[in-house]
Amino acid sequence: MSRVRVLLAGNPNAGKTTLFNRLTGSTARVGNYPGVTVECSAGTLRLADGLSVELMDLPGTYSLSARSPEERVAVDALFARGEAQPAAVVVVVDATALTRNLYLALQLLETGVPVVVALNMMDAARKTGLAIDHEALSQALGAQVVPISAARGEGLDVLRGQIATCLGNPGERSAPSVAYPASVEDAVAVVSPAVADFQPDASAGSRRALALWALLSLGDDELVGVPSRLRDATAAARATALERATDLDQAIIAARYAWLDAAVTRSVLQPAKNERSFTDKVDAVLLHRFAGVAVFVLVMYVVFETLFSWSAPMTELIEAGVGAAQELVQRSLPPGSLRDLLENGVVAGVGNVVVFVPQIALLFLLLGFLEDSGYLARVAFLIDRVMARVGLHGKAFVPLLSGNACAIPAVMATRTIETRRDRIATMLAVPLMSCSARLPVYVLVIATVFSSDERVLGIFSQGALVLFAMYAVSVLATLSAAAVLRRTVLKGPRPALVLELPPYRLPEWRTLLRSTWERVRSFLVDAGTVILALTIVLWALLTYPKSDEVAARHEAERVAAASIADTGEREARMTAIDDSESGEQIRNSAAGRFGLALEPVLEPLGFDWRIGVGIIGAFAAREVFVGTLAVVFGIASGEDDPVPVSDALASATHSDGRKLMTPLAGLSLMLFFVFACQCMSTIAVVRRESGSWRWPVLMFTYMTVLAYVVSFSVYQLGSLMGWGLT
Amino acid sequence: MPPTPSAEHLDGVPVGRTATVVSVACERPTARRLMELGLLPGTRVTVVRIAPMGCPMELRVRDSSLSIRRAEAAGVAVQLLPVSGDLRKAAS
Repeated sequence: MSRVRVLLAGNPNAGKTTLFNRLTGSTARVGNYPGVTVECSAGTLRLADGLSVELMDLPGTYSLSARSPEERVAVDALFARGEAQPAAVVVVVDATALTRNLYLALQLLETGVPVVVALNMMDAARKTGLAIDHEALSQALGAQVVPISAARGEGLDVLRGQIATCLGNPGERSAPSVAYPASVEDAVAVVSPAVADFQPDASAGSRRALALWALLSLGDDELVGVPSRLRDATAAARATALERATDLDQAIIAARYAWLDAAVTRSVLQPAKNERSFTDKVDAVLLHRFAGVAVFVLVMYVVFETLFSWSAPMTELIEAGVGAAQELVQRSLPPGSLRDLLENGVVAGVGNVVVFVPQIALLFLLLGFLEDSGYLARVAFLIDRVMARVGLHGKAFVPLLSGNACAIPAVMATRTIETRRDRIATMLAVPLMSCSARLPVYVLVIATVFSSDERVLGIFSQGALVLFAMYAVSVLATLSAAAVLRRTVLKGPRPALVLELPPYRLPEWRTLLRSTWERVRSFLVDAGTVILALTIVLWALLTYPKSDEVAARHEAERVAAASIADTGEREARMTAIDDSESGEQIRNSAAGRFGLALEPVLEPLGFDWRIGVGIIGAFAAREVFVGTLAVVFGIASGEDDPVPVSDALASATHSDGRKLMTPLAGLSLMLFFVFACQCMSTIAVVRRESGSWRWPVLMFTYMTVLAYVVSFSVYQLGSLMGWGLT
Repeated sequence: MPPTPSAEHLDGVPVGRTATVVSVACERPTARRLMELGLLPGTRVTVVRIAPMGCPMELRVRDSSLSIRRAEAAGVAVQLLPVSGDLRKAAS
């Protein structure tokens, strides 16, 4: 027998998550709805008498007209498509915006499902002088209304009791008697018979509610799985109404609001005085033409610094820990394939996953704080004008900014964007932002081919100017990519920015910490396993097959070197032999051979096979490019220090003796790194966040093609014009 | 949609002024969302402020603040109320 399921519904910003955490305690688990990238939490709700039910937290929605995936999930769960019918719905209502919040409650009541209304934010309501007679409201709605304050934990026992009572009286409730005009009733009569296809065993009340839902939701939707008979009936009913010059949407919604206004008028004893005075005062500053923009810049700077530098000590600590673990493996196991696998495959792979945790945790703490306090909506309000230009939502700004530090937390941050289309477009564009892992590559190349002494216009050093150009190109590329994606693969109606600016509230620490932990946990479990697996695969490609001939030859050299009397000289010789062996082995490995095979393809970009191997190695993380090059050049012991690599690169030549790293080739290489999706962790996290392999594959493809085309064009055009060849 | 902002449409209502909604004629998804949030014919709406870059605008409707772009506001026909009207109370 499956457990009794109770749903938790409510508007965004109504305090639903806080209530959910209060009611379920530590039993909550976050999961994804099958097929859509909407998260839901479910947990155990303990009621009196040892009774416990499953409480499922629905996404926050303003209504049940299924526009976004979030609303669709709510509708599916409610009408129990393919799942067990919910035993009851608890709807969280913000008392300070009563009528609008009750709109969703009314829609739920119309379905006939047993409803308990949790009248939240009662503490805030009382402060403004708002007095609500909850019993009168209960009578008007025909459902129990429990005044609570989820943030303070007030009224929760009463709420639990009412849920138990509600579950004790199963069966359908009579729907509220909203007086719909004749035009609506006629349309419902046309659609009702077709509803049977959609939900065969629905009761009369629920059929009527579904008919109203279809009239409001169908027509311009992108829903799948709606029977064509229902679509046709809805279209016919809407056409008939249109002939009579009736807007059915407006007629339905207006009738509901008229009913709600009457119910609210009867229950509100005293209206709020100046209900948003605090928020108004804060907004006078935070949304001010100058002060508001200044605060915005400051807050965004803090977000950026957090990711870019404040997380660094923790990241370095993790890197040190990974290094220590690798050393431990090295010391406790005999040399061989197993040790190598553990050290450079498994431990390095775990390190590749854990290293992102500080950035993810910090970003989500900050983002959660901004969102729960109400400021994130203001961020969208302030910057929407710019984002709208490229077809993105105002809320895409924070993820794009975060992308300058690291794409992994940035992709995860796109969750604050409501509509899926906008979210995916942002997700696919974010990796073009120049993340901090690209910096070591830029620095290496600039140090190799551009002089830091040479000045442009007398003040700018050539290197700094090139570096700035890379960042500028990446920002332009990101915005253009978003604009192109929104007009092609993610084409759709321009989403209206209808955004609520909720009252400012102090975020609740427990909710913040819990949601941050959930993000970290889901990253570790879902994206982490993919990153670990890819690290091991990449390690194997860079290690195998091993050449016995190379090993034997170097072993012989080692034997010869062992007779060197001077200790310092002997050790230097041994290191040189080790480096040379690693270099020859990597050339012999699958990745080395692949790099060699790629040379004809890379040649027109100005790269040789060594750069090719470096690019393959950089797939683990871009900064690994420097270390892989060190191994390829046979100077592995210097891999933490870019200077020897830079020197090796500077003196490297093509097989015909031409210089490898000309300024033009350097520029081409940097541009390749600006555009290429050289990061398996990004791919893993986009798969996790988009819910399918389709989007990461598209992202990898478009970025790689773009990188190739840009590098190709720049190198070929430059060669033709004779620029930067020496 | 009118080519220029006019006082008869929401995008032409000056900051601080209140108007009564006459009709909501945006694209269907936008119109439906606005109406579901309570912006219906007959509802009072106050223009609270306009974002520093000139768009979007903040509205006060039924105890809550909504932000909508000018292009969307242009689809909402309104009747401006005299200044003496109570600005704060956007009663239904």
